[in-house]
Amino acid sequence: MVPVRLDLELKQNTLIVRLSGDLDLAITDNLRSSLDEAIDKQSVSNLIFNLSQVTFIDSSALGVLLGRYKRISRRGGRVCIVGLQPQVRRILELSGVFQVMDEFPGENVALENIG
Amino acid sequence: MKLEFLSVPANVAFARVTVAAFASQIDYTLSELEEIKVAVSEAVGNSIIHGYENAPDRFVRVYAALTRDTLEIRVEDDGKGIEDVNKALQPAFSTDDERLGLGFMFMNSFMDSLRVESAPGRGTVVTMSKRVGTGMAKVGPEQ
Repeated sequence: MVPVRLDLELKQNTLIVRLSGDLDLAITDNLRSSLDEAIDKQSVSNLIFNLSQVTFIDSSALGVLLGRYKRISRRGGRVCIVGLQPQVRRILELSGVFQVMDEFPGENVALENIG
Repeated sequence: MKLEFLSVPANVAFARVTVAAFASQIDYTLSELEEIKVAVSEAVGNSIIHGYENAPDRFVRVYAALTRDTLEIRVEDDGKGIEDVNKALQPAFSTDDERLGLGFMFMNSFMDSLRVESAPGRGTVVTMSKRVGTGMAKVGPEQ
Protein backbone atom coordinates (compact mmCIF):
# COMPACT_ATOMS: atom_id res chain seq x y z
CA MET A 1 0.00 0.00 0.00
CA VAL A 2 1.28 3.44 -0.89
CA PRO A 3 1.36 5.66 2.21
CA VAL A 4 -0.43 8.98 2.01
CA ARG A 5 2.14 11.70 1.83
CA LEU A 6 0.40 14.15 4.01
CA ASP A 7 1.41 16.86 6.46
CA LEU A 8 -1.26 18.59 8.51
CA GLU A 9 -0.96 21.82 10.50
CA LEU A 10 -3.73 23.66 12.31
CA LYS A 11 -3.38 27.45 12.43
CA GLN A 12 -6.18 29.02 14.42
CA ASN A 13 -9.18 27.24 12.94
CA THR A 14 -7.67 26.65 9.50
CA LEU A 15 -6.27 23.24 8.63
CA ILE A 16 -3.30 23.41 6.26
CA VAL A 17 -3.02 20.21 4.24
CA ARG A 18 0.35 19.71 2.54
CA LEU A 19 0.38 16.87 0.04
CA SER A 20 3.19 15.48 -2.07
CA GLY A 21 3.82 13.03 -4.87
CA ASP A 22 1.32 11.46 -7.25
CA LEU A 23 -2.27 11.62 -6.09
CA ASP A 24 -4.37 8.86 -7.63
CA LEU A 25 -6.68 5.99 -6.77
CA ALA A 26 -3.97 4.31 -4.68
CA ILE A 27 -4.13 7.01 -2.00
CA THR A 28 -7.74 8.18 -2.06
CA ASP A 29 -9.11 6.00 0.77
CA ASN A 30 -6.27 6.88 3.15
CA LEU A 31 -6.39 10.54 2.20
CA ARG A 32 -10.15 10.74 2.67
CA SER A 33 -10.08 9.10 6.11
CA SER A 34 -7.04 11.10 7.32
CA LEU A 35 -8.63 14.38 6.31
CA ASP A 36 -12.03 13.53 7.74
CA GLU A 37 -10.44 12.46 11.02
CA ALA A 38 -8.50 15.73 11.27
CA ILE A 39 -11.56 17.79 10.35
CA ASP A 40 -13.73 16.00 12.91
CA LYS A 41 -11.20 15.86 15.75
CA GLN A 42 -10.22 19.50 15.64
CA SER A 43 -12.54 22.42 15.24
CA VAL A 44 -11.64 23.11 11.64
CA SER A 45 -13.51 25.92 9.90
CA ASN A 46 -11.36 26.36 6.80
CA LEU A 47 -8.98 24.30 4.68
CA ILE A 48 -5.89 25.22 2.70
CA PHE A 49 -4.58 22.58 0.29
CA ASN A 50 -0.89 23.15 -0.40
CA LEU A 51 -0.21 21.15 -3.57
CA SER A 52 3.25 22.57 -4.31
CA GLN A 53 4.83 19.10 -4.01
CA VAL A 54 2.10 17.31 -5.96
CA THR A 55 3.36 16.08 -9.32
CA PHE A 56 0.23 14.31 -10.60
CA ILE A 57 -3.47 14.33 -9.83
CA ASP A 58 -6.40 12.51 -11.42
CA SER A 59 -10.14 12.64 -10.95
CA SER A 60 -10.17 10.16 -8.06
CA ALA A 61 -7.94 12.36 -5.89
CA LEU A 62 -9.69 15.47 -7.09
CA GLY A 63 -12.92 13.90 -5.88
CA VAL A 64 -11.46 13.64 -2.37
CA LEU A 65 -10.53 17.34 -2.37
CA LEU A 66 -14.00 18.29 -3.61
CA GLY A 67 -15.65 16.01 -1.08
CA ARG A 68 -13.81 17.85 1.72
CA TYR A 69 -14.88 21.14 0.15
CA LYS A 70 -18.50 20.02 0.46
CA ARG A 71 -18.02 19.22 4.14
CA ILE A 72 -16.29 22.50 4.97
CA SER A 73 -18.68 24.65 2.94
CA ARG A 74 -21.65 23.09 4.75
CA ARG A 75 -20.10 24.54 7.94
CA GLY A 76 -19.80 27.93 6.26
CA GLY A 77 -16.02 27.64 5.87
CA ARG A 78 -13.71 28.28 2.93
CA VAL A 79 -11.32 26.02 1.02
CA CYS A 80 -8.28 27.44 -0.77
CA ILE A 81 -5.51 26.00 -2.89
CA VAL A 82 -1.89 27.14 -3.03
CA GLY A 83 1.27 26.11 -4.91
CA LEU A 84 0.05 24.48 -8.09
CA GLN A 85 2.49 23.02 -10.58
CA PRO A 86 1.45 23.69 -14.21
CA GLN A 87 0.29 20.16 -15.04
CA VAL A 88 -1.77 20.01 -11.86
CA ARG A 89 -3.27 23.45 -12.49
CA ARG A 90 -4.52 22.36 -15.93
CA ILE A 91 -6.39 19.43 -14.40
CA LEU A 92 -7.96 21.68 -11.78
CA GLU A 93 -8.89 24.28 -14.40
CA LEU A 94 -10.58 21.68 -16.60
CA SER A 95 -12.48 20.27 -13.65
CA GLY A 96 -14.00 23.60 -12.65
CA VAL A 97 -12.52 23.46 -9.14
CA PHE A 98 -11.70 27.16 -9.22
CA GLN A 99 -15.40 27.96 -9.32
CA VAL A 100 -15.60 26.90 -5.69
CA MET A 101 -12.04 27.14 -4.34
CA ASP A 102 -9.82 30.22 -4.48
CA GLU A 103 -6.18 29.97 -5.44
CA PHE A 104 -3.52 32.00 -3.65
CA PRO A 105 0.25 32.24 -4.23
CA GLY A 106 1.17 30.92 -0.78
CA GLU A 107 -0.09 29.74 2.59
CA ASN A 108 0.35 33.11 4.32
CA VAL A 109 -1.63 34.99 1.69
CA ALA A 110 -4.35 32.36 1.85
CA LEU A 111 -4.46 32.59 5.65
CA GLU A 112 -4.79 36.39 5.48
CA ASN A 113 -7.64 36.12 3.00
CA ILE A 114 -9.47 33.44 4.92
CA GLY A 115 -9.07 35.30 8.20
CA MET B 1 3.01 -3.29 -26.07
CA LYS B 2 0.70 -5.31 -23.86
CA LEU B 3 0.29 -5.10 -20.09
CA GLU B 4 -1.95 -7.25 -17.98
CA PHE B 5 -2.22 -6.60 -14.26
CA LEU B 6 -4.44 -7.14 -11.23
CA SER B 7 -7.25 -4.69 -10.61
CA VAL B 8 -5.66 -3.03 -7.59
CA PRO B 9 -5.25 0.75 -7.20
CA ALA B 10 -1.45 0.56 -6.87
CA ASN B 11 -1.31 -0.62 -10.49
CA VAL B 12 -2.84 2.61 -11.81
CA ALA B 13 0.56 4.32 -11.43
CA PHE B 14 2.33 1.32 -12.95
CA ALA B 15 0.09 1.51 -16.03
CA ARG B 16 0.39 5.24 -16.64
CA VAL B 17 4.15 5.39 -16.08
CA THR B 18 4.72 2.39 -18.37
CA VAL B 19 2.56 3.79 -21.18
CA ALA B 20 4.21 7.21 -20.86
CA ALA B 21 7.67 5.62 -21.04
CA PHE B 22 6.57 3.68 -24.13
CA ALA B 23 5.11 6.83 -25.71
CA SER B 24 8.27 8.83 -25.06
CA GLN B 25 9.92 6.99 -27.97
CA ILE B 26 8.27 9.54 -30.25
CA ASP B 27 8.45 13.31 -29.91
CA TYR B 28 5.85 14.14 -27.32
CA THR B 29 6.42 17.17 -25.14
CA LEU B 30 6.51 16.66 -21.37
CA SER B 31 3.09 18.27 -21.21
CA GLU B 32 1.69 15.79 -23.75
CA LEU B 33 3.17 12.89 -21.79
CA GLU B 34 1.44 14.23 -18.67
CA GLU B 35 -1.85 14.28 -20.59
CA ILE B 36 -1.33 10.67 -21.66
CA LYS B 37 -0.68 9.73 -18.04
CA VAL B 38 -3.94 11.31 -16.93
CA ALA B 39 -5.92 9.55 -19.67
CA VAL B 40 -4.44 6.14 -18.78
CA SER B 41 -5.01 6.76 -15.08
CA GLU B 42 -8.67 7.58 -15.67
CA ALA B 43 -9.33 4.59 -17.93
CA VAL B 44 -7.61 2.09 -15.62
CA GLY B 45 -9.24 3.68 -12.56
CA ASN B 46 -12.65 3.29 -14.19
CA SER B 47 -11.99 -0.40 -14.83
CA ILE B 48 -11.04 -0.97 -11.19
CA ILE B 49 -13.77 1.11 -9.57
CA HIS B 50 -16.69 0.75 -11.94
CA GLY B 51 -15.89 -2.31 -14.04
CA TYR B 52 -14.72 -4.55 -11.22
CA GLU B 53 -16.28 -2.60 -8.33
CA ASN B 54 -12.96 -2.70 -6.45
CA ALA B 55 -12.57 -6.50 -6.63
CA PRO B 56 -8.76 -6.90 -6.41
CA ASP B 57 -8.46 -10.28 -8.15
CA ARG B 58 -9.52 -9.38 -11.69
CA PHE B 59 -7.34 -8.29 -14.59
CA VAL B 60 -7.03 -5.09 -16.59
CA ARG B 61 -5.35 -5.19 -19.99
CA VAL B 62 -3.61 -2.22 -21.56
CA TYR B 63 -2.39 -2.29 -25.14
CA ALA B 64 -0.38 0.51 -26.71
CA ALA B 65 0.92 0.95 -30.24
CA LEU B 66 3.02 3.67 -31.82
CA THR B 67 3.26 4.94 -35.34
CA ARG B 68 5.67 7.68 -36.40
CA ASP B 69 3.52 10.38 -34.82
CA THR B 70 0.61 8.74 -33.00
CA LEU B 71 0.01 6.67 -29.88
CA GLU B 72 -3.02 4.41 -29.68
CA ILE B 73 -4.04 2.97 -26.32
CA ARG B 74 -6.65 0.37 -25.54
CA VAL B 75 -7.74 -0.34 -21.97
CA GLU B 76 -9.90 -3.43 -21.47
CA ASP B 77 -11.68 -5.05 -18.57
CA ASP B 78 -14.09 -7.98 -18.22
CA GLY B 79 -16.17 -6.22 -15.60
CA LYS B 80 -19.82 -5.37 -15.30
CA GLY B 81 -19.87 -3.00 -18.25
CA ILE B 82 -21.68 0.28 -18.74
CA GLU B 83 -25.42 0.32 -19.28
CA ASP B 84 -25.60 3.64 -21.11
CA VAL B 85 -22.26 4.65 -22.65
CA ASN B 86 -23.55 8.00 -23.95
CA LYS B 87 -24.75 8.94 -20.49
CA ALA B 88 -21.44 7.87 -18.93
CA LEU B 89 -19.62 10.21 -21.30
CA GLN B 90 -21.51 13.24 -19.99
CA PRO B 91 -19.28 15.35 -17.68
CA ALA B 92 -21.77 15.51 -14.81
CA PHE B 93 -22.51 11.81 -14.80
CA SER B 94 -21.12 9.53 -12.13
CA THR B 95 -22.53 6.64 -10.19
CA ASP B 96 -20.30 7.61 -7.28
CA ASP B 97 -20.77 10.82 -5.34
CA GLU B 98 -17.09 11.71 -5.15
CA ARG B 99 -16.05 10.61 -8.62
CA LEU B 100 -17.73 13.56 -10.31
CA GLY B 101 -17.85 12.05 -13.77
CA LEU B 102 -14.64 13.78 -14.72
CA GLY B 103 -12.76 10.70 -15.89
CA PHE B 104 -14.12 10.52 -19.42
CA MET B 105 -13.99 14.31 -19.67
CA PHE B 106 -10.23 14.26 -18.98
CA MET B 107 -9.72 11.40 -21.48
CA ASN B 108 -11.69 13.29 -24.11
CA SER B 109 -9.85 16.55 -23.43
CA PHE B 110 -6.34 15.15 -23.39
CA MET B 111 -6.55 12.67 -26.25
CA ASP B 112 -7.44 13.29 -29.92
CA SER B 113 -9.91 10.43 -30.09
CA LEU B 114 -11.86 8.44 -27.56
CA ARG B 115 -14.09 5.45 -28.18
CA VAL B 116 -15.90 3.49 -25.49
CA GLU B 117 -17.41 0.10 -26.22
CA SER B 118 -19.35 -1.57 -23.45
CA ALA B 119 -22.45 -3.55 -22.62
CA PRO B 120 -23.81 -4.76 -19.29
CA GLY B 121 -21.98 -7.91 -18.20
CA ARG B 122 -19.58 -7.78 -21.12
CA GLY B 123 -16.78 -5.54 -19.91
CA THR B 124 -15.53 -2.27 -21.30
CA VAL B 125 -13.00 -1.36 -23.97
CA VAL B 126 -11.69 2.21 -24.10
CA THR B 127 -9.66 3.13 -27.18
CA MET B 128 -7.82 6.45 -27.33
CA SER B 129 -5.27 8.00 -29.62
CA LYS B 130 -3.05 11.04 -29.52
CA ARG B 131 -0.89 12.61 -32.20
CA VAL B 132 2.37 14.37 -31.47
CA GLY B 133 2.12 18.14 -31.42
CA THR B 134 -1.61 18.57 -31.07
CA GLY B 135 -1.03 21.24 -28.45
CA MET B 136 -3.08 22.14 -25.44
CA ALA B 137 -6.12 20.27 -24.23
CA LYS B 138 -9.39 21.08 -25.92
CA VAL B 139 -11.53 23.33 -23.79
CA GLY B 140 -14.79 23.96 -25.48
CA PRO B 141 -18.55 23.68 -25.44
CA GLU B 142 -18.50 20.00 -26.34
CA GLN B 143 -17.54 19.30 -22.72
